[in-house]
Amino acid sequence: MKYSAISLFANALSGHKKWPVQFPDKEPKKEYDAIIVGGGGHGLGAAYYLAKRYGITNVAVLEKGWIGGGNTGRNTTIIRSNYLFDESAAMYDHAVDLWDGLGQELNYNLMFSKRGVLMLAHNVHDVQSFQRHVHANRLNGVDNKWLSPEECKAFCPPLDISPHRRYPVMGGALQMRAGTARHDSVAWGYARAASKLGVDIIQNCKVIGIRRDADGAVEGVETEKGYIASKKIGVSAAGNTSVVMEMAGLRFPLESYPLQALVSEPVKPIMPCVVMSNAVHAYISQSDKGELVIGAGTDQYTSYSQRGPLHLQEHNVAAICEIFPIFKRQRMLRSWGGIVDVTPDRSPIVGKTPVKGLYVNCGWGTGGFKATPGAADMLAYTVAHDAPHKINAPFNLDRFVGGRLIDEAAAAAVAH
Amino acid sequence: MFEIHCPYCNEKRPEIEFAYAGEAHYVRPTAKEQSEMSDEDWSRYMFIRDNKRGEHAERWWHNAGCNMFFNAIRNTVTDKFVMTYKMGLPPRTDKQIDAARRTDAKEKASS
Amino acid sequence: MSAFRKTGRGRVDASKVINFTFDGKSYQGVQGDTVASALLANGNHLMGRSFKYHRPRGVLGAGWEEPNALIAVDRGKGRVTPNVRATTQEIYEGLKAESQNRSPNLKFDMGAFNNAFSMFFPAGFYNKTFMWPKSFWDKVYEPFIRNMAGLGPAPDADDPDVYASVYGHCETLIIGAGPAGIAAALAAAKNGERIILVDENAQMGGSLLSTPSIEIDGKPAGKWLETSLKALAKAENVTLMTRTTATGYYHDNFVALAERITHHVPNAEIGKVREALHRIRAGKVILAQGGIERPLVFNGNDRPGVMLASAAQTYLGEYGVAVGNEVAVFTSHDSAYQAAFDVADANTRIAAIIDVRGTIRDDLIMGATERGIKVIKSAAITKTFGKLRVKACEVYEPESGNKTKLNCDAILMSGGWTPSLHLWSHSKGGIKWDADLAAYIPDAPNENAVCIGACNGDFGIAAALSAGHKAGGGRKTYKTNETDFGTGLVLSSLPSYLDSSKQKAFVDFQNDVTEKDIKLAVSEGFKSIEHVKRYTTNGMATDQGKTSNLNALEIASKAVGKPIEKVGLTTFRPPYTPTTFGTFTGYRDNELFDPTRKTPIDPWAEANGAAFEPVGHWRRAWYFPKEGEDMHAAVARECKATRDSLGIFDASTLGKIEVVGPDAAKFMNLMYTNPWSKLPVLGCRYGLMCREDGYIYDDGVVGRMAEDRFHVTTTTGGAPRVYRHMEDYLQTEFPELDVWLTSTTEQWAVIAINGPNARKLIEPFVEGIDLSADSFPHMTLREGKICGVPTRLFRVSFTGELGFEINVPAHYGRMVWETLFEEGQKYDICPYGTETMHVLRAEKGFIIVGQDTDGTVTAHDAGMSWAVSKKKRDFVGKRSLARPDLVAEGRKQLIGLLTEDSKEVLEEGAQIVEDPNQPIPMDMLGHVTSSYWSESLGRSIAMAVVRDGFNRMGETLNIPMPDKVIKAKVVKPVFYDPKGERLNVV
Repeated sequence: MKYSAISLFANALSGHKKWPVQFPDKEPKKEYDAIIVGGGGHGLGAAYYLAKRYGITNVAVLEKGWIGGGNTGRNTTIIRSNYLFDESAAMYDHAVDLWDGLGQELNYNLMFSKRGVLMLAHNVHDVQSFQRHVHANRLNGVDNKWLSPEECKAFCPPLDISPHRRYPVMGGALQMRAGTARHDSVAWGYARAASKLGVDIIQNCKVIGIRRDADGAVEGVETEKGYIASKKIGVSAAGNTSVVMEMAGLRFPLESYPLQALVSEPVKPIMPCVVMSNAVHAYISQSDKGELVIGAGTDQYTSYSQRGPLHLQEHNVAAICEIFPIFKRQRMLRSWGGIVDVTPDRSPIVGKTPVKGLYVNCGWGTGGFKATPGAADMLAYTVAHDAPHKINAPFNLDRFVGGRLIDEAAAAAVAH
Repeated sequence: MFEIHCPYCNEKRPEIEFAYAGEAHYVRPTAKEQSEMSDEDWSRYMFIRDNKRGEHAERWWHNAGCNMFFNAIRNTVTDKFVMTYKMGLPPRTDKQIDAARRTDAKEKASS
Repeated sequence: MSAFRKTGRGRVDASKVINFTFDGKSYQGVQGDTVASALLANGNHLMGRSFKYHRPRGVLGAGWEEPNALIAVDRGKGRVTPNVRATTQEIYEGLKAESQNRSPNLKFDMGAFNNAFSMFFPAGFYNKTFMWPKSFWDKVYEPFIRNMAGLGPAPDADDPDVYASVYGHCETLIIGAGPAGIAAALAAAKNGERIILVDENAQMGGSLLSTPSIEIDGKPAGKWLETSLKALAKAENVTLMTRTTATGYYHDNFVALAERITHHVPNAEIGKVREALHRIRAGKVILAQGGIERPLVFNGNDRPGVMLASAAQTYLGEYGVAVGNEVAVFTSHDSAYQAAFDVADANTRIAAIIDVRGTIRDDLIMGATERGIKVIKSAAITKTFGKLRVKACEVYEPESGNKTKLNCDAILMSGGWTPSLHLWSHSKGGIKWDADLAAYIPDAPNENAVCIGACNGDFGIAAALSAGHKAGGGRKTYKTNETDFGTGLVLSSLPSYLDSSKQKAFVDFQNDVTEKDIKLAVSEGFKSIEHVKRYTTNGMATDQGKTSNLNALEIASKAVGKPIEKVGLTTFRPPYTPTTFGTFTGYRDNELFDPTRKTPIDPWAEANGAAFEPVGHWRRAWYFPKEGEDMHAAVARECKATRDSLGIFDASTLGKIEVVGPDAAKFMNLMYTNPWSKLPVLGCRYGLMCREDGYIYDDGVVGRMAEDRFHVTTTTGGAPRVYRHMEDYLQTEFPELDVWLTSTTEQWAVIAINGPNARKLIEPFVEGIDLSADSFPHMTLREGKICGVPTRLFRVSFTGELGFEINVPAHYGRMVWETLFEEGQKYDICPYGTETMHVLRAEKGFIIVGQDTDGTVTAHDAGMSWAVSKKKRDFVGKRSLARPDLVAEGRKQLIGLLTEDSKEVLEEGAQIVEDPNQPIPMDMLGHVTSSYWSESLGRSIAMAVVRDGFNRMGETLNIPMPDKVIKAKVVKPVFYDPKGERLNVV
């Protein structure tokens, strides 16, 4: 059933009893042409693009819990592409291009709100770094412009640009095409669209082993629901990638860190955009429900606990109140943690692995949500062609051997 | 905020006195080994990590305390420290870890 | 006395009248009232509007679980608190409360338009619409949706109030001062350990506050409570905290307590602490958080006047307020009978008790009969009537099919009880499903913690008291006269003859999630409870599902066709109740957010009009503008003065590490790319540091004080990480080396004197050092005295001029600076800041790590292969320098750029291309890293990293700007005095 105002109206008249299942819960078949491990936005998107763009419809997505339950449903929903290096700009901008119109394509409103992302500069080094971004983005065709402190204030009125703050605002880089989207809807929208194209979405199906043939190539996965054969396996398991890769005997340059986020109680609209600050390590936007959505950098130690310490919550809130003292009387409603997998150069790994038939999309660190459609498409492309697309080719594993790192972290500090 | 037992101070101190310092027991290759090892092996030393889900041998630095680096076994799923031990000691055996786990449980039961 | 205030009931002080306003209208309450109890005493049930459909709402509960009655409390500019529960806000004289999420007013709300069309807005509706036409999303739909968002008012000014935070420690922390918590404290207090007992309410006592008829061991509950609290207050080892919420339970028994200090105080002064965060490390935690009653999910259950049975009991028992004149009771649990009896005993008419169950305990039936209350068994309410307040309900008896309309102005409902497992769950304690209780209860602990009383599933006052005493280490068994708390029946759907699509049976009241929304979610394939929650937003309102989670779970479980424990439970996460940002921020406000490090000379710079810039945690003098000068003019003047005669610069922020020990040189050889063994004592050398990846990490001049002692300097921002890097290697990779490291950054003030007159300036003040060029050559150091104080005097130059860096013990820094500055007047001495320092070093092509390098640049790329020892067998980073991509052709290399138009100053960060007319995305060769106007050269200069830069000398490259293309020639990055002759001025 196509979603539209008309179908909504028609269903209302029949008491909303006729809406079909959005993504049927399937039992696994014996064999698939391709299996995607991980039912987050990235994995579901990859299955969708495999079916939609690359003609492989006999696909299963295996999710150990419920779809969208990992970082897809635990992030602060920021979408932007004003990255410095050509490789990153190409990857993230591919994602932003896909974001635009994705709701219509999937026939699922993702509430992609192009409200603009403003990155604040608080010292001369930030100014230099952001201006470098602005210049590079301009020549890469990525929108990003420099704003004076007064222009920042005009764009985001609750911002405090008083020169007397501990971290005064010295300007900001604004990307207008950037913004936020409704995170859960991304997983559900892809799942529904992929299901329609014949993809099996199998929840509560943890992968516990990867079976390989005599030549070392993959031939299938052992799961909680039994053995499933496939000669192509794409792993898109975020914080749990190391665990899955271990099953194929591979060790990865990844470490998994907790990442905390929180929301305030809903209040009437006040934040017109997303604001990020590397100097205080925090970012903030307001959801379409009215909650202030706040995130920060990762915790210091590796962990799979999805649980954060109090002192970090204190720091994150204090950081937001430092640039937005106007929010000090608001109240934290809910906090949560995700597990992000981080590579040595803070850029993802998307491509082939040393094991034939095994493909990976991981290492997105704190920047995974914004890349969802782009990463999904690139993983799908690589799985379908057994070769990377030129956009994801630089994001290979070999760069850690040769040294051709894509080190956004070095140039852009922590926050995404 | 954890409490971490510093094996040099021999007392439990709050987490904010410490800094995490990555996976333990990575031994830096000697000059000779470095000159002979492949780029792949060298990259493995630098970048490949266990990133274990479960009990993980790792290093912490008591930077706001005695300034010593030490090793710890921490469960990365529960974030519980099983034990800490001094730098330079060999990797803990399963038996040692198990014993530490039991001592910890006993202490808890008696408190 | 207000109409609904019952004389002789409640614990409020009826003699103390308090005036307050709600939506501008004046009301009177009494001392001890909350906004909700005071409004109810005035017969006013309508207190709020729901989030989505803007439905009129009264109170559902009487405490922190309240989803409906949210108000904004207005204490003036910047002091409006949104989303306050009317049920927990104590009234004070002059309190100004406003209802929320309505326009123009609470009784007539335009937003209720949504309600009229609610059939078009089921769960997840927004996913299904607003997609066509595409352009309407940005311009029409989204602005409209956003406009409807939010509950309370957004802030209009900075909050002027003050927040505090403290640490605390105790052997036993008891959370919840109901009967269980108090009994635990009484028992635990006896062993002399430190005990903290906290309660979120203004008064301790929990359920004892609203059950005056209960007797504990023969004593009236009120009396027992008073005696117990008095004893606890007297015990020196017990700390009692009221109005304090345990908001989060973190690792290793670390609990956050949020104390509200002035929320109940009239005219709370600005400057006094409003809220405080207590971070408690406890040996043991006793959780006595009680339970929360569940609403029944029936059509029209959200009409103002419909509330939890226990809430009515609290309004009566604690505040002396009757919630209506004629009250219907609808229940599936025994406990509601006691509530009904309490209400009846206070002379309020009970229209009927409608019980879903067919079999009811005899004593309850007897109690009802005694009071003349009609009990309708095996029945349900299927409709409620009334617009802004319930006025009747329809009772349906499925067996007979009878439908009866029953007049009532309030409905008390009870769907049983949910133990409060919030903090237990934060602590990662296990939970298990108890089918008898139809509730989750605690399983194995993860910390040294225990749940007691209702939150452990032990309902009833006697059970709570005894469990409490035991948890506190005691053995007392308490006896009370209470009726058996009893049991109940949990039904996922109540009997009704109405088609489910015609019903509005609310589960999550604030977010307007109905039973059919949950069923819709399940039927659309959302079968995990987390999916149901996210699709319907059930449990995501400001009450975080305290009254709705279990009902939603029941309904979902039935719809999915799986037992509850297979459908899962949504995770509880801190905070337990919404907690002010200010409480988390505490003192870390503005200048205390992060320390600002200042040098000993900083006050002089401030007094002399310096403009400052933040660098890491430091603030540094940026430039010293004279009247009317902008940065450009000031820097041009400072540069010229320094090159012409004399400049003075505060370099104290440079990181300094003392490397000492017999193996100091060996250690330095491993940590830096340069060789150190042959550096003579009192010699200096520029040092370059890598990590194992081979990229430039830090740099600085190092002086050898003695065979076994190096004075290492680092970049200003890099000092902490360099120190850590060194300690790490020393302790873990090279422990065999006998070396000690000491951070000495703050020990030394550093004054850089540069310019042709530098030597002349310091000469008169220096003792014990021969300053002559021959005996004190460039890149050496001496120890002696200056201005009478000990100094490590370095002859080094970051400007290309004759230069000295005078290290003196920090406390003498300002004295030496001022002495030299005064003497320097002879030479027109010019204080300069970091900007001039940057220009002068760029004229010489000296790099700034982090500006000209960015973590991807090797020593070779930076043109500093000379700083990398070829002979050393090992140093950190050596192996990586041989990696294929680090020696590949086409790496970006540091070069100089001279614009064709010498007046044109390039923008730092500007990108460089060969062909400016190529299509986008352009092939970028690199970027400008440093760019300045050079007053000394009378033209602009720039440094850049450019692909294959060393081979491009003389080439002209293009820098495309938004409005033009700038051409620049590639040159060596040394623009001024390339032979270095100025260092040798005599």
